[in-house]
Amino acid sequence: MTSMHRGGIAVVGAAETTGIGVRPEMSVLGLHAEAARNALADAGLTTADVDGVATAGPLAMEVSHHLGIEPRWLDGTLVGGCSFMLHVRHAAAAIAAGAADVVLVTHGESGRSRVGVAPWAPNPASASGQFETVYGAQAPYSTFTLPALRFLHERGMTREHLAQVVVAQRSWALNNPRAFRRKPVTVEEVLAGPPIAYPFTRDMCCVVTDGGGALVLTSAERAKDLPSGDRAVYLLGSGEAAEGPLVSQMADPGSFAAFRKAGAEAFRTAGITHADVDHLMAYDAFAHVPLYMLEDLGFVGRGESGDFVAEGNTVKGGSLPMNTNGGGLSYTHTGMYGMFAIQEAVRQLRGEAVEQVQDVDVSFVQGVGMFFAAAGSLVLSRHRG
Amino acid sequence: MPGPAPAPIPETLPFWEGAADKELRIQRCTPCSRHYFYPRPFCPRCGSEEVEWTTVSGDARLVSYIINYRPFPPFDPATPVVVALVELAEGPRMMTNIVGVAPEPENLELDMPLKAEFIEYEDYTLPVFAPAVAR
Repeated sequence: MTSMHRGGIAVVGAAETTGIGVRPEMSVLGLHAEAARNALADAGLTTADVDGVATAGPLAMEVSHHLGIEPRWLDGTLVGGCSFMLHVRHAAAAIAAGAADVVLVTHGESGRSRVGVAPWAPNPASASGQFETVYGAQAPYSTFTLPALRFLHERGMTREHLAQVVVAQRSWALNNPRAFRRKPVTVEEVLAGPPIAYPFTRDMCCVVTDGGGALVLTSAERAKDLPSGDRAVYLLGSGEAAEGPLVSQMADPGSFAAFRKAGAEAFRTAGITHADVDHLMAYDAFAHVPLYMLEDLGFVGRGESGDFVAEGNTVKGGSLPMNTNGGGLSYTHTGMYGMFAIQEAVRQLRGEAVEQVQDVDVSFVQGVGMFFAAAGSLVLSRHRG
Repeated sequence: MPGPAPAPIPETLPFWEGAADKELRIQRCTPCSRHYFYPRPFCPRCGSEEVEWTTVSGDARLVSYIINYRPFPPFDPATPVVVALVELAEGPRMMTNIVGVAPEPENLELDMPLKAEFIEYEDYTLPVFAPAVAR
């Protein structure tokens, strides 16, 4: 019997939209479709082969119908930017259980050009509408950022550590023609940048772009017979968890329980340790988020994340190359960035990245949903484990 | 300049009615002997429905904050807003605004004591916090 973990399930197709960054000529649904068709072509499959569809944003049947797919399995899990990590995990379980054979996971957002985007209408009767939005926590930069000063304060860390994350990640984007921010930057320049929400300046906040990505998953058995089989990437382990929709109600503002829980489950189900991880994608909507992840996932001890980045461990030649596409801070961030973190992990494992790290056998992908609301973790490998 | 107005629901109405009376009212679980927030008709910790509305002291400390330099309307986009996370003396944490000081980091020391205040707008009253000791 096929297992959802330990290499039983493979990513056989992975692609982003042909163009990324600024796409004023294409709608949200168009971006989903372009990414989906690119990923199917990458897999050597067609829509006729797909019997499962997962997406976040549009309804799953909007995407499947638009593409001409007749699904027997649907997943519309929407927990924010890490929804796609959960889709991969759910798809793996469905394929292992025989509920689907070939699953397409799609993402597309017109975050910058706002083409075909549903009007933004926060609910003033929701818990966040009554107890957060009223105070000016209206946007990601004024909500997701709220616990950061506490995190820094408890650890004796400073804003310079936030800036160091920006500098480290920019180094990966300099030669990437698809990256939105590509100019070299110094800690001093980051700190002197336009203030957005103290302690965050502009470059500590993600870019805002248009784009999409899609994945095709099937069993490792079936993957062997596909033209893309020798480029297959296998799911070794995964995890998901949530706290809640209110950043103000985090059990501990200096540590996110859902990172700890989802990450631990991913390590456990994969049967690996931190020493086995060659590459890390740590969803970085803002500069503090990878610091939380490094500590909450146990890659470093409490209070060590800032110096770990500042000392160069996450850049080229470092012990743990992280966010090698430049991340949400430099590469792209359409709104729900998780898909792009998975795409870069797949590229690294296939040996097809712009800034290719040597000998990546295992990549750990950590996603966050909303503003410290949910988390999804994937352990991917080029080997079946 | 007020932000977007809240829309109270039956479960939260006593909180907003309390604010209109310039009192901070939150719930307390009798079996747990602990306060909790946000309002709901059962304890999120133990599940008990033996809960009561209480008026709390309004004493709090500053846990974390950001200074939002880019608020959206209906806020005045040109006036920075201090969005803060505070911990009430009774335990629960809540989001709020810090008023009574200029929105500058040097006026906002983490862990500093705060006191609840109430801002009356046309349609509702909003609990906010100010430094307990004048700065």
